[in-house]
Amino acid sequence: MSSNFDYRNINEKSPWQDITEGNQIYQAATSVSFNTGEWRTNTPVLDPDKCTQCLLCTPACPDSSIPVVDKKRLDFDYDHCKGCGICAAVCPFNAITMREGQ
Amino acid sequence: MGIRERLSGNEAVAYAIKQVNPDVMPAFPITPSTEIPQMVASYIANGDIDTEFIPVESEHSAMSATIGASAAGARALTATSSCGMALMWELLYVAASNRLPIVLTLVNRALSGPININCDHSDSMGARDSGWIQIYAENNQEAYDNFLQAYRISEHKDVHLPVMICQDGFITSHALANIELVEDDKVKAFVGEYEPEHYLLNDNENIAVGPYAVSNYYMETKKGQITAMRNAKKVIQEVGAEFGKMSGRSYGLFEEYRLDDADYAFVMIGSAAGTTKDAIDELRDQGVKVGLLKIRVFRPFPAEEMTAALKNVKGIAIMDRAESFSGQSGPIASELGAALFMARSESKVINYIYGLGGRDYTVDNAKGIVTELRDYVENNKEPEQYKYIGLRSR
Amino acid sequence: MKDTVEIRWHGRGGQGAKTAALLLADVCFKHGKNVQGFPEYGPERMGAPITAYNRISDKELRVHSNIYDPDYVVVVDETLLESIDVTAGLNPEGAIVINTTRPKEEIIPHLKGYEGKVYTLDARKISEEALGKYFPNSPMLAAIVAVSHVMEKDEFMAQMRDSYQHKFAKKPEVIDGNMKALEMAFTEVTA
Repeated sequence: MSSNFDYRNINEKSPWQDITEGNQIYQAATSVSFNTGEWRTNTPVLDPDKCTQCLLCTPACPDSSIPVVDKKRLDFDYDHCKGCGICAAVCPFNAITMREGQ
Repeated sequence: MGIRERLSGNEAVAYAIKQVNPDVMPAFPITPSTEIPQMVASYIANGDIDTEFIPVESEHSAMSATIGASAAGARALTATSSCGMALMWELLYVAASNRLPIVLTLVNRALSGPININCDHSDSMGARDSGWIQIYAENNQEAYDNFLQAYRISEHKDVHLPVMICQDGFITSHALANIELVEDDKVKAFVGEYEPEHYLLNDNENIAVGPYAVSNYYMETKKGQITAMRNAKKVIQEVGAEFGKMSGRSYGLFEEYRLDDADYAFVMIGSAAGTTKDAIDELRDQGVKVGLLKIRVFRPFPAEEMTAALKNVKGIAIMDRAESFSGQSGPIASELGAALFMARSESKVINYIYGLGGRDYTVDNAKGIVTELRDYVENNKEPEQYKYIGLRSR
Repeated sequence: MKDTVEIRWHGRGGQGAKTAALLLADVCFKHGKNVQGFPEYGPERMGAPITAYNRISDKELRVHSNIYDPDYVVVVDETLLESIDVTAGLNPEGAIVINTTRPKEEIIPHLKGYEGKVYTLDARKISEEALGKYFPNSPMLAAIVAVSHVMEKDEFMAQMRDSYQHKFAKKPEVIDGNMKALEMAFTEVTA
């Protein structure tokens, strides 16, 4: 069953017969596809000119929404950023500002 | 033929555990079930079995650890009584909704207020809506046999529900009596190896156990549980029949004793059913057509099957060894009463509460009940509908 | 012998009345009988009065109540005669067996007019002589077997030796003492 299992086939329209025993999920990292970014009411905006790539913001993010590739941070993962503003608070170079709204 | 032995009910269940050799047993002692984990611990210490025994600091932890072990893929069990099970309360529901095939050997004891160590069914009856299968025993033999069948039921793919194996505290748990044991190799073949489909320690599968279910999923989940519970009826009967082929002792959802042509019937659970059988034999010798329907499986509740078995009975004494404080009836009477109504039964029914906190129930009590029932049916002398047996009263 | 023989034991917590009832059930089981041996449980306290029961039968035993009309009563501690109605419901065709140092004539007035047979045994003397310690349950066990005839002496002694060999596998020196206590009780219990 697990090889054919795809959690995306279970949703709020699924009949009871399709719900797994004990609501078990036979897949890992399924929260990636859950767009929690839509809960955001304030949005961090990066100013690349001010950013020194010090990477202090990355570990501070509670939602792992600042991707790092080749030792450089990329733009925010807005599908999962909830706009808490911690990154903006910890940035020593004022490279992150919070914008109202999505 | 099996092995002729003499064991107390607790010894019998501990011996069954030894024969099954489950993987993990977390337990916390409480009278009158303490002997079970104690004996299992001795079996482990003596090298008879390789069950992992986890001494925990409370029954809440005992059931939590049992749930963890079962989710990990182990064949797990625990034992308790009364207040011990009350402390497991929350986890009983978790075990059931997580669809874990755990076995709990419960030694029935009055659930406190006032504190008391003796038998009644208030502990398990209180947990009747927790989603566990409940199977009750009349004597040490049935406690043993029921345990041997428990994993076959709980682990069945159409069921996947936890099972509570109940016996009467002290009355059977601490009474030495004859028993016929099944040979080790037959037990092993009957119970089989546990091969869970999904489990946490499986290297080849990612799995999340026990996720939060929002309202959009909760009712669908409960429907799954009750469907499994209804499936259990068939599975319990199949396993009981197969057990009969192996041991000579078959089991169903309930036992009918001299019920075929009976005008009057007792409906009850547990050790007092044996006492009632002796009263029935005496009354039958006097020409009174009395029988007994002894409930073995209370969850799932065999409503249709029971009302069919009782359809020609004129008077029914429903015997409850637990108070429910509805002010109307004990737990068996409220459920069977509803079932009889749905089946358009015309039988006259009296609900008796007996044996609370270990109050003795005798052959004479049973005979007195039949006298009252006959007076109700034959002379239309309506008794109190809901009454206590053996109560001192001014 | 009746279909079912019912025996009630009266003792005090710690004297081994419950153990004696279980041993009697055990030895009758080995004799091929259906048996029950069970105590009446309450809060367990050393010295408090306790009751234990036996049913012994050729039939399947299904009754799970206490015993109210026993065929035999065993009193392991005679001080209970003052406080407990030991002959309550006792079958006049049966008997009572009492552990006492006193002559029977002194005991009978305490038995509330019981009309059946009264047996006495000085289990303390026997136990101290045979075992060097006071364990009244072995002599009282032999006495009730002698009085009730639930099995013959030779078989009883053989089965008990077998039981003791298992029970005292690690201290075989006490086996002979226990066997001697049984033997003495068998001969000394008197009506």
